[in-house]
Amino acid sequence: MSDSKNTRRGFLAASATMAAGLGFVAVAPGIRLIEAAAAEGKTASGKVRLGLLIDTNRCAPSCNACVGACATENGIVEDVANPRQRAQWIRKIDLVENKTGRAHSLPMMCQHCANPPCVDVCPTGASFKRVDGIVLVDRHICIGCRYCMMACPYKARSFVHQPLTTQNPEVPRGLGCVEACTFCVQRVDRGLKPACVEACTSGAMTFGDLNDPDSDISKRLREASSTQVRADLKLDTGVRYQGI
Amino acid sequence: MSRVFLSLLAALALALPTVQSVHAGEVPKPVVKIENPGQCVAPREEMRRDHMEMLKHQRDRTMRLGERGAKVTLNGCIECHAASKTNGSVLGGKDGFCESCHAYAAVKLDCWDCHQPKANYKAASAAPTMGLKP
Repeated sequence: MSDSKNTRRGFLAASATMAAGLGFVAVAPGIRLIEAAAAEGKTASGKVRLGLLIDTNRCAPSCNACVGACATENGIVEDVANPRQRAQWIRKIDLVENKTGRAHSLPMMCQHCANPPCVDVCPTGASFKRVDGIVLVDRHICIGCRYCMMACPYKARSFVHQPLTTQNPEVPRGLGCVEACTFCVQRVDRGLKPACVEACTSGAMTFGDLNDPDSDISKRLREASSTQVRADLKLDTGVRYQGI
Repeated sequence: MSRVFLSLLAALALALPTVQSVHAGEVPKPVVKIENPGQCVAPREEMRRDHMEMLKHQRDRTMRLGERGAKVTLNGCIECHAASKTNGSVLGGKDGFCESCHAYAAVKLDCWDCHQPKANYKAASAAPTMGLKP
């Protein structure tokens, strides 16, 4: 009796060790210990809140570098018959104050809200917020209803109207799904900055951790006044603007 | 009425084995050629049976948790399985690694509607004008 007990215990221990080494293991036909061991890679941290500060005083109206870098990084290069259906992960907006004539320009994209309305309205749970504050669409379960596009006050989301073949390997996207700025999540997970921030030569964009008091973005937010677009909606946006 | 139904059932039961035997030999088995043969992430039998579960499990971890560098990745699949015969793709009719088997098994394959099926693909860097201005 004690022998069989020991054998069973030994078998379970061996299974656990194998699971740690291999990720998963067959316990018996049809029964598996799937990834009982710890995750193989590093995951996003919930202690981080990623944010972006855009200084509109430094953003030149003629410059489109961030938009081009976004398109190249994320493979948004398809020809679209109807220009109104073109995906816009980031767009440049020119503003003119009527009374004073003061003109300035700014990039507008997903604001990566802490309380995102797109996530609230999504009927399938495809629209979600990662623990580090990046708001994403899980295209595996997106049904393309476009409810999130209606809910977003920033018009940040686009719908793909045609089959695609020119996706970049790290940025899957396709027909029938809604998509938006991801803060270049594939770069952020490698420790890089988003493509738009890297392409911005005027230093108008600062990317970093809003929760870290020593990060560049936190320092700049502490020193100068900044605005959240439609702050009245209390969405607590991750993208902040200076000079608007 | 029930007699008609029963006789129909009987006819079906008689017909079924013949239908199966006729078609069993007709569908050619897929020819699997691997461009870069070597050690896959799991034994062959396990990959054949469980690759969809492995990918589905990992896609959620990568997407939701941001886990990168995992053992199982879709891009890892195409590094070995994309063939030069199919223009560096895992699709491409009977020569495509994924497509040939899936056509044989009659299982819809929609990974590549969104994911890039070509190895080492890089989208052209042409920047379109993003904006609604005419």
